[in-house]
Amino acid sequence: MSAEQSPKIVIVDESPIRAAILEEGLREAGFTGVVHVSEMQGLLARIYALDPDVIVIDLENPSRDVLEQMFQVSRAVRRPIAMFVDQSDAASIQASVEAGVSAYIVDGLKKERIKPILDLCISRFNAFSKLQDELERTKSALEDRKVIDRAKGILMKMKGFTEEEAYVLLRSTAMREKKKIGEIAQSILTASEMLK
Amino acid sequence: MTGPLRIGFIPLVDAAALIVAVDKGFAAAEGLDVTLVREVSWSNVRDKLNIGLFDAAHLLAPVAIASSLGIGHVKVPIVAPFSLGVNGNAITVTPALHAELMAHLDGDRFDPMATALALARVVAARRKAGAEPLTFGMTFPFSTHNYQLRFWMAAGGVDPDEDVRLVVLPPPYMVESIASGHVDAFCVGAPWNSIAVDLGIGHILHFVSDVLVRAAEKVLAVRQSWADKKPDALAALVRACARAADFIEQNHEDAARILAQPDRIGVDAEVLKRTLDGRLKISPDGTFRDSPRYLLVGREGAARPEKIQAAWLYAQMVRWGQTPLSSEALSTAMGVFRPDIYDAALGTQGQARDAAIGAFAGPPFAADDVVGHLKSFKIGRWTA
Repeated sequence: MSAEQSPKIVIVDESPIRAAILEEGLREAGFTGVVHVSEMQGLLARIYALDPDVIVIDLENPSRDVLEQMFQVSRAVRRPIAMFVDQSDAASIQASVEAGVSAYIVDGLKKERIKPILDLCISRFNAFSKLQDELERTKSALEDRKVIDRAKGILMKMKGFTEEEAYVLLRSTAMREKKKIGEIAQSILTASEMLK
Repeated sequence: MTGPLRIGFIPLVDAAALIVAVDKGFAAAEGLDVTLVREVSWSNVRDKLNIGLFDAAHLLAPVAIASSLGIGHVKVPIVAPFSLGVNGNAITVTPALHAELMAHLDGDRFDPMATALALARVVAARRKAGAEPLTFGMTFPFSTHNYQLRFWMAAGGVDPDEDVRLVVLPPPYMVESIASGHVDAFCVGAPWNSIAVDLGIGHILHFVSDVLVRAAEKVLAVRQSWADKKPDALAALVRACARAADFIEQNHEDAARILAQPDRIGVDAEVLKRTLDGRLKISPDGTFRDSPRYLLVGREGAARPEKIQAAWLYAQMVRWGQTPLSSEALSTAMGVFRPDIYDAALGTQGQARDAAIGAFAGPPFAADDVVGHLKSFKIGRWTA
């Protein structure tokens, strides 16, 4: 690889959405040679055929162990690959493991050329999990609202409350018991189910 | 006594002592609050242990040594005060390769020298016929599986780097890979061999205990720095695992039920019990084979991490060119296994049993003569 060319990057990720987010980020940053591999069968052969300079893999992928084989000097390995860490890079490995991503580079590629790639992977992986968390939160907020509405309905029917009064009771109980309104509402649903 | 602990494991039967220690309350009884985290790769377990996301881990014994020596990765000194399993692996081959091996076999089919020689004949015949070399799957470059496969085939004259292909496969992919023809054989721990046999796509050719009478497999691993900072927590963890190992050896059925839980190993309890019993179906036709040595979880002193085992594993790394031979590295490797911590935690003294490796080929292994060990084999890639 010449020093000026964009390094060839292979993304090994079974999540198509995350891979797309990462690929887009890399392209925007000017890394044009990006290939996504989602099929894990025959992974090593595929990687040798693509002959990348950098391999990025998500940590939920069991095939990470397959890549570790490329550290070895056995005949099965064509080009020695190293992980993007050396003894002084504890911080970068920490950041990448916490983000859930790991990068492998071909020996000889300059560290300063790889650093922006890894940083980008870390930030995109973090962005992806934040997105997922938000989705989860939205989902559970929606669930909560449904549960609260049903609990209000039960209180209105059983105690003759208005909707406003039912809500005030839920909220004050939640504050007194140091629980979420959704939890109090759920216990009302459970209790009313049992008392049916 | 100590804060909550996060411990990583890979869903394999030799994580049993750790899982039972937590799920049966032995860890809590020692005042430990442990959360077990199931992982998907040895690389993840190693990295998360190294950087402190895990306090301890179920780890391949050779990875603990490689990590301490800084081979192939960042150097992080690791301490192994408890051996989670001795033996437990098996070599499984496709029905087609099994038939070929049996056709070339001269001797007992459970004799590893006879099968290794048969393999050499199969390899020669295939080469003559212009067929692709055989492909063997194993779990990690620094794994007992890698060394056990290599030791076995090299004794029969098969060069593992020249005559066959050795490839890393994650254990959950082994069965799929043998079914799809990506590999002709693999060496892996329980329960994957049994699963291949149950599906009718594999024959268990050898228990690894045929190849080596006693082979350290997985260890309880912590960082050296953690062990220095939290000696009481470490001793408590060792005791919890030791009590769990005793429980497992006496209650295979209960243990198998605990391990079968979906967030633990997540495999049928009956298959797991077979492994603990050392009674395995070895052929799709229903043939069973018993071995009292198939997997030792604690019995016969298996839980004590014997230094000779660490020396043998280091010698294999040298033999296959993963690291050059040095007496300093040998002593670092042996220092990873800490029978002293084990003895102090449990009030035991000295080794309970003969801890010899007992390999089927070559002279008896001696930790103070690694060169002699290496010189006794024709095939190897070592440099002094």
